[in-house]
Amino acid sequence: MSKIHVTTTVNGDEVEFLTDPRETLLDCLRDHLDLTGSKEGCGTGDCGACSVTVDGTLVSSCLMLGVEAEGKKIETIEGMAGKDGELHPLQRKFIEHAALQCGFCTPGFLVASKALLEKNPDPTETEVRYWLAGNLCRCTGYDKIVRAVMDAAAEMRGAA
Amino acid sequence: MTKNGSSEFRLVGTRPNRPDGLDKVTGRARYGADASMPGMLHGAVVRSPHAHARIVKIDTSKAEALPGVKGVVTRADFPTGLTGEDWDLQENTMAGEKALYDGHAVAAVAATSPLLAQEAARLIEVEYEVLPHVIDVDDAIKPDAPAIRPGAADHSVPEGSPPNVVRYLEFGHGDIEAGFAEADLVMENTYKTEATHQGYIEPHACVGQLGADGKGEMWVCTQGQWYIRRMCAAVLGIEAAQLRVTPSEIGGGFGGKTTIFMEPLSLALSRKAGGKPVKIVMSRSEVLRATGPTASASMDVKIGMKKDGTITAGYANFRMQGGAFPGAPVDMALYCAFAGYKLANVKHVGYDVLANRPKCAAYRAPGSPMGAFAVESLVDEMARKLGLDPLDVRLKNAVREGDKASYGPTFGSIGLVETLEAAKAHPNLKAPLGPNQGRGVACGYWFNHGGETSVSMAIGEDGTATVSVGTPDIGGGRASIALMVAETLGIDYDDVRVNVVETGALGVNEPTHGSRATFASGKAAVESTNQAIKEMCRRAAAEWGIDPEAVEWVNGAAQPTSSNAGKFAPMTIKEIAAKMGSTGGPISGHYEGLPSGVGASFGTHVVDVEVDPETGRTTILRYLVVQDAGRAIHPAYVEGQYQGGAVQGIGWALNEAYIYGEDGRLQNPIFLDYRVPVASDLPMIDTVIVEVPNPGHPYGVRGVGETGITPPLPAIANAIEHATGQRIRHLPISPPKLLKAIKSAAPSGPTLQAAE
Ligand code: FES
Ligand code: FES
Repeated sequence: MSKIHVTTTVNGDEVEFLTDPRETLLDCLRDHLDLTGSKEGCGTGDCGACSVTVDGTLVSSCLMLGVEAEGKKIETIEGMAGKDGELHPLQRKFIEHAALQCGFCTPGFLVASKALLEKNPDPTETEVRYWLAGNLCRCTGYDKIVRAVMDAAAEMRGAA
Repeated sequence: MTKNGSSEFRLVGTRPNRPDGLDKVTGRARYGADASMPGMLHGAVVRSPHAHARIVKIDTSKAEALPGVKGVVTRADFPTGLTGEDWDLQENTMAGEKALYDGHAVAAVAATSPLLAQEAARLIEVEYEVLPHVIDVDDAIKPDAPAIRPGAADHSVPEGSPPNVVRYLEFGHGDIEAGFAEADLVMENTYKTEATHQGYIEPHACVGQLGADGKGEMWVCTQGQWYIRRMCAAVLGIEAAQLRVTPSEIGGGFGGKTTIFMEPLSLALSRKAGGKPVKIVMSRSEVLRATGPTASASMDVKIGMKKDGTITAGYANFRMQGGAFPGAPVDMALYCAFAGYKLANVKHVGYDVLANRPKCAAYRAPGSPMGAFAVESLVDEMARKLGLDPLDVRLKNAVREGDKASYGPTFGSIGLVETLEAAKAHPNLKAPLGPNQGRGVACGYWFNHGGETSVSMAIGEDGTATVSVGTPDIGGGRASIALMVAETLGIDYDDVRVNVVETGALGVNEPTHGSRATFASGKAAVESTNQAIKEMCRRAAAEWGIDPEAVEWVNGAAQPTSSNAGKFAPMTIKEIAAKMGSTGGPISGHYEGLPSGVGASFGTHVVDVEVDPETGRTTILRYLVVQDAGRAIHPAYVEGQYQGGAVQGIGWALNEAYIYGEDGRLQNPIFLDYRVPVASDLPMIDTVIVEVPNPGHPYGVRGVGETGITPPLPAIANAIEHATGQRIRHLPISPPKLLKAIKSAAPSGPTLQAAE
């Protein structure tokens, strides 16, 4: 099948790739752009390990085709820390709270949590739990993840 | 850093950031599917759509003709003549004469892209003769069930047993009939649990390369790189030493990544394709259909109890299926079933039964959750009948140090009583319960494990330390080992780097299984460190011109003792390390062996639930895990093991199950339908770390990974009975099942007991 040329912006950089029209955005990020931080846990939109934002909207990149990225602005886990490597408060809090065990779900949780805090800087525990219900973690039982997100939110509000 | 409990240590018991944290929050950590190699091909696997079928013919010609296809393999490409477990592994890797379950691999193909490989896989034509199949364990054990593998039974199976029974065991002590005669109440019930999957979020993935010279390499997500090496070598008929296996970061395993599935296929395809590396990444549905779920179980339990709660006898008869291969953990289930109870009279009978399902793999405390579900449910039913407090009944019968275990050995130091007492004292037990709410308690057990262990550590020229371990880090193992080595050496936590290394770097290591990484690799790392310390003391003694025996290691420095005390200034690790090139060369320490002194771990869980009488849905209101850690090296990761184990158990109790159609096909092979708990299903999971140090470990570690999945199954069933009056003896306690029970018990509408 002939490939399609796509130009898009990923983490602030303009990038181009050739994609088979059957490939997902997740395939393109991982296989064509070497951005392997986004993970495939299911490929069916059920686990959230592939979470990215597209023009500011949280999406499962396994459910979007690579060709649909044309002209969009995509943010992935690789773009979450500052240019100088300074961690986003969520990243720092995930480490401090031991909110990861195997860490495979972590990029998806971080991207989804960041999207939450941009919409709702002061979420309740229940709001955090429902927002993150699309992200599966099999290791932690979610307790420390929820705490890390609440704590990061507090810090970002200047309430910590 | 906050300290937990005792402060006898400088670092052990603190909560520093984990060494791999930065890589894992930035997306840099490399997991199974994140590696590529030059010239790499992609593999896809053709799988049987039938639960049981003879393979009549496989036509690969169309696939091979597709441009970009570089190799196709079937069972014909594997050596013949394997026996025992090796044959089982080979047969599970690639079906031979028959496909034994829905999802069983029958062929594989390598091509220049993943899409092309999938296209080629669809072009492989397999002709099947469909055979009668059997799925449920109670059906599979019937004398007239379809025989799955005639001749697979081992010597333990009595003559004339049904055709799918492949292993039989029977053990116990005392006289159960006499015990039942002493009891005031004897009850007997049957309990069932369904197969569940470990559900690690990372699907299996590997890149394998194998040349015509028999030399190969593999990058793979696994709990045990040496197991991968040994098993792949056996299945492919190559030399283990010629295969170098490097473990990736691992996205969860829970026992399910201690064996091989598609790994030998990537090597076989690579050999076929002229030695080019071949990457295979499973899809989620392949993971659910064709990798190890746990076993399903059907269990009879009979218990005799006196009015005061004393248990006079216990009997367990368990039937378990672990797929189309021997290996259901019926032995472990029976060993653990009554492990918490001091019993004069106990008898166990077990059957390992074949069914047309995927080969089961270990899943967190394999067998123990099933056994606990049966026994801890019945103990609760009896306590309720006798009007006794369920925690008191357990305390009354609890095993203590020196007691003979239900499965034979004598317990060393254990902390069951301490967990029960800590649970009793916890504020959750005083929380008031409203209408439709109930409270359940249960205990659980896991042996823990030592196992083959090889560790190496070396002092750097700057006085820092590198530790090489063979146990992949699933939940913070590197952090706990670094803490223990830094504590022992008297240096900073950040001055120790722990690496999980490939098969060429150490002697054979068993996987990270049996809750052994912090116990066994940790103990080995401490012993290696002590060797290096001894050598550093020797170097200092040589410089001072005194007897090495007269030097001790204090706070990261060698210092003279006894008559020489104070004569020389302490020589720090940095000073000794800086000079090592001229004082005798590298300074290192090693451990090879089977660490003894394993400490078993008991836990007690308390759960509060609310049942919606309209829908039958159960909500977890409060959850408490109390477990004996021996000593928590890094308490945050101990809590994490408790919480994660409990939530897997909650999923098993309420939602998760393999659902098969009449046709023997798995009907829920995606996460949408195989529903694991999500954040909005749960409250915070409260934890209490009980520390009854294990005398067999330098820092008292027991191992904490597994026990926590065991109590939730019965604890939740017990809480649901408390809330609704309905005793459900078949998991999962899904909303429709519970609703039906509530409705049929009260035709005029549910009358739920308000708990006290
Ligand atoms: S991989 Fe996209 S949601 Fe699971
Ligand atoms: S930390 Fe392993 S899946 Fe979340």
